[in-house]
Amino acid sequence: MSATSSLGGTTPEKPNSWTLRLRQAIDRHLPMDHLLPDRQPYYVGSWVYVFGVVTIAALVWVVVSGVVLSFMGPQWWHDSHLGKFFNSLHFWSVQLFFIFMVLHLWGQYFMAGWRQGRAATWLIGVVTFGISILTAFTGYLSQQNFDAQFIAINAKDAMNSAGVGAFFNVLNFGQMYGLHVMLLPIGVTILVAVHIVLVRVRGVVKPIDSEGGSRS
Amino acid sequence: MKSMGATQEEYYRGVRMAPYDLLKELVFALAGVGVLAVLISLVLSSPDVAPVTIATWAQQDPVDLVTTATGELAGSTTSAGYGPPYNSASEGQSWGPIAPQKWFGARIPIDSANSFVMQPLQRASFSNTDLGAALSAWQGASADQQSKWLDAYTKALADATVTDGKVVVATGEYGPLPLMMSNLLGVAQAGGLDGLLVINGRFYQTDYTQPLVFMGDGEYLAGLADEAHLTGSLWGMMNETGSYPGQTWLWLYTMWYQVFPFNSDTGFIGLNADNADLGIIILMTLLTAALALVPFIPILRDIPRWIPIHRLIWRQYYAPRKVAART
Repeated sequence: MSATSSLGGTTPEKPNSWTLRLRQAIDRHLPMDHLLPDRQPYYVGSWVYVFGVVTIAALVWVVVSGVVLSFMGPQWWHDSHLGKFFNSLHFWSVQLFFIFMVLHLWGQYFMAGWRQGRAATWLIGVVTFGISILTAFTGYLSQQNFDAQFIAINAKDAMNSAGVGAFFNVLNFGQMYGLHVMLLPIGVTILVAVHIVLVRVRGVVKPIDSEGGSRS
Repeated sequence: MKSMGATQEEYYRGVRMAPYDLLKELVFALAGVGVLAVLISLVLSSPDVAPVTIATWAQQDPVDLVTTATGELAGSTTSAGYGPPYNSASEGQSWGPIAPQKWFGARIPIDSANSFVMQPLQRASFSNTDLGAALSAWQGASADQQSKWLDAYTKALADATVTDGKVVVATGEYGPLPLMMSNLLGVAQAGGLDGLLVINGRFYQTDYTQPLVFMGDGEYLAGLADEAHLTGSLWGMMNETGSYPGQTWLWLYTMWYQVFPFNSDTGFIGLNADNADLGIIILMTLLTAALALVPFIPILRDIPRWIPIHRLIWRQYYAPRKVAART
């Protein structure tokens, strides 16, 4: 058997090209008609499926408003009307993100969305939820206002009791701000991307009694 | 192993497929959520209560600041007896052999008396000979003498009054403490202590550990939080100032502080109010792990089958079967 190269022609059997192997693996596991489907099972018409896509939409607005705030610096929004608007957009996008994500989570729970090989999708979703809470938490600590002070002073005891406070110092604005605008959002975004890819690779799960049970 | 593409096609074999526009759905969702977020932002704005400074604390409640500073010298404040990661005054919270606070040691060292009182005063004494003499008298006194002065001054502060921003106590044997505290209060009221507690030998700084720990030792900031309905008995740090939603997703975490055994002095199996932070962190870690592992946990994974909410969600799927059953 020979493999077709991207420029036409053929390559020898069992090609030693990492690039070709990667492309073949993507083609095999995630063809474009699965990644961007134009047909879905008719039961996907349920309103519950909307919670997933609106969670992603809210995340996009969280990131867009967050990029503007981080570009202008952590003090801008306290003194500028435009800055206050973008902070408000960030604040409410986060609230919507969590509302939609919790609805999505409960929806998937009662649909037993982990069935038939989808446990990893569920697990990554829960981890994303946890990392999102940590991201929001560092955001509240980065506000540079009275709420940030009160939350930091109270939260330190919980962090310290678990030994976490020795490395994750909620009273250190620089550390919290760095985590909030860089590492944690990247983590959430990557996890969401993996979650979506897994959904597309596996397809949406069938209704519960179509295969008799809710086990994984 | 079959490829995923083949598997998905096999998986849906016999299932009626319907047209679906993923991109249109995403664009509509982006627009809808964006309009909603912009409208709420324009109408409701967002909370931004100005932070408390040590200067405002010293100006608004000088007796509390002086009482707190005296407590730092006496070693009676929360931070002075905190333990890791700030000092070794205690071992911190533990539950049986589980003592992570102790395991990692004092990685963020804070000597409350020196950090919050003595070092700022020594810097302030640069051109103040009276203060320099008072500090020398304090440091030259025996520990027993210091303790007697601190006891007497602490008791006197309970009935202290404020005149022209200065703390006035009844006459007594307080040694150099009134002069030291008067200077510390003056520096704090002028805003100097805000800077002195973040000084690190370099120009830039972003670490507010020391001023926040010092403010946490006092009653002033906690009193403001209480007035703003933020405090623990009202669900703690999930709250936000004003009528805004805070971190409502922390409701389960904060709820545990309100219930037995975490709100009890006696507690249960070694868990009580004294080690509630550690107990609740452990409990929430276990609950989060359980949520992540639901697909593998009997009963939890079976509940969706027993509670027919899925029949509402997929009512289109189940409806034809009812018709078939009737005919």
